[in-house]
Amino acid sequence: MKRASVLLAVIAVIVLAVGWRAPVFLTLRNVLDIANESSLLAILVAGQAVVLLTRGVDLSVASNLALAGMLCALVGKAFPGAPIALLLLMGLGAGALLGAVNGVLVARCGLPPIVVTLGTMSLGRGAVYMASGGAWVSEQDVHAGIKALPRAELLGVPMLIVIAAVVVAAVAAWLRWRPAGREVIALGNNPDAAVYAGIPQRRRLLQVYALSGALAGLVGVLWVGRYAIAFTELAAGYELTVIAACVIGGVSIAGGIGSVGGAMAGVLFLGVVNAALPVIQVSPFWQQAIAGAVILLSVAVNAGAGRKSRLPILERSVP
Amino acid sequence: MKAFGSWEAVLLSLIVLLYAGFGAGIDGFLSPYALADSTVNISERAVIALAMAMLIIAGEIDLSIAATMALASLAMGLAMQAGAPLPAMFAAGLATGAACGALNGWLVTRRGLPSIVVTIGTLSLYRGIALLALGDQAITGYPDALSTLGNGTLGELVGIEGLIVPIEFGIALLFALGVVVWMHCTVHGRRVFAIGSNPLAARFSGVAAGRYRFGLFVFAGIAAALAAAMLTGRIGSTRPNLAAGWELDAITIALLGGVAIQGGRGSLVGVMLAAVLLGAFTFALAMLNVPGIVVTMIIGGLLIAAMVLPRLLRRRAEGVA
Repeated sequence: MKRASVLLAVIAVIVLAVGWRAPVFLTLRNVLDIANESSLLAILVAGQAVVLLTRGVDLSVASNLALAGMLCALVGKAFPGAPIALLLLMGLGAGALLGAVNGVLVARCGLPPIVVTLGTMSLGRGAVYMASGGAWVSEQDVHAGIKALPRAELLGVPMLIVIAAVVVAAVAAWLRWRPAGREVIALGNNPDAAVYAGIPQRRRLLQVYALSGALAGLVGVLWVGRYAIAFTELAAGYELTVIAACVIGGVSIAGGIGSVGGAMAGVLFLGVVNAALPVIQVSPFWQQAIAGAVILLSVAVNAGAGRKSRLPILERSVP
Repeated sequence: MKAFGSWEAVLLSLIVLLYAGFGAGIDGFLSPYALADSTVNISERAVIALAMAMLIIAGEIDLSIAATMALASLAMGLAMQAGAPLPAMFAAGLATGAACGALNGWLVTRRGLPSIVVTIGTLSLYRGIALLALGDQAITGYPDALSTLGNGTLGELVGIEGLIVPIEFGIALLFALGVVVWMHCTVHGRRVFAIGSNPLAARFSGVAAGRYRFGLFVFAGIAAALAAAMLTGRIGSTRPNLAAGWELDAITIALLGGVAIQGGRGSLVGVMLAAVLLGAFTFALAMLNVPGIVVTMIIGGLLIAAMVLPRLLRRRAEGVA
């Protein structure tokens, strides 16, 4: 993975340069802070990267996140005694169900993923409003267990980091070592060949979208706990950040190319840049412009590595 | 490619049904003023949706179109603060829009990058620049002439008392007429369809595919600037989050209008009809006090239904035959 190492080198340079100007940036506390801030994004990116690998895209992650988060917040508000494990399972289940709807439309009906998830994105966001009646679930009403989870620590490591690490490792291992994961990659590389090779295309696609949805649902519960609030516009527009992290991390939108590990480098990059800007006293308004420039730069670099031009008629044969 | 096919007929009958249905159900829905009002929230979106549809037909997409609007509006605001007269403000906005589109087009055609990734990047970049320039501030105090563009009626413009068609809708219709003729009645439009359905074959038949695609991106930028001028005039201010999320609205309108996301198929008449349909629908539900987000939800459902139903019907037809 040459590309990922280049990105990691860039991240290292940024970290060292910022640390040189502001040594506080290099403390363990700050490193944990950055990881903690990035952990929710990391979980979403793991799901999205798998979807992108199959030549799909899931634009509905943010609204699935909001819907699952809101449902759990409402249930938590109605039943303050509910165990946190149950709420987490509910979030996962609700998310998986929403993802499976995408999966059925993509795999069974053969619709383009970008259109399907564009539609379910609006549907999900509207459903959040319907479920909550437009009202906020504010701090004192958020279930105590949900609120406590992101503040808990395991052996000195914040719980969010632990959860993100386990989830990301599981997804990466699934892709790397499980037959189903290998089939997903094969599907993205060459859908026709994959079908001829006997790979159950529909089932795999369904699983992939359900996975992305389930992870979005999990993040929904964690998000509500992290910020101790649930409202209709929760995480609105976040799907583009998720896709941006994947693209920066070298996952190709055209499918078949990229890895969960690379995508994590993209997450790390966004996390480091976001954390570095206030430290070197640059206006946080720079964040988005920088993210945009980096996306353009990284796709340009990606394309340099031997992507075929779309107009082969004009291409000179390279000796 | 037919400009008016069966899908356009479906859309048109839906529009008629919708006006008739809501007209019977809601008091005053069919009054001239309500009809004029119902076009307001759709005129700007129609302009960018038409440009978006042309790009999708050519096999490309521009997710940065709403961010381009924000940047074009910003350029107009900065020009005004520098003391420029109205024509210079328009020129600044249009030039900014064209420049944004040209950057997209250059990256896609010259660097050979996929447009969806490029425009996700430039979406962040353009929106980020607008944020950088404005922070949490807004530019206000636009001249009255601009407000007239956004809020006035054609009647006020030409001095006819009863003509209450909003200027914005007039511009959108004129714009639609222009692009429909270009796409469906000229050889250039045929070439755009050819590029979208088979880029390689189009290139082999001597179509300057790269040049057309570049041109369409620049055109989308200009359309965004036009929409930005209308929107800025209507709301009278420039904020960094101007038209946030409109790129998805534009895509939804284009797809509901029958444009195939794979490119090569679609009708701009259908896109304009879809814009009118959604505008009337949104307006009717607003009159019934349905919140905007529920309307968005219904539109999302319509989008999926519009995709699934034709397939199911086709499958059933094949099953019978």
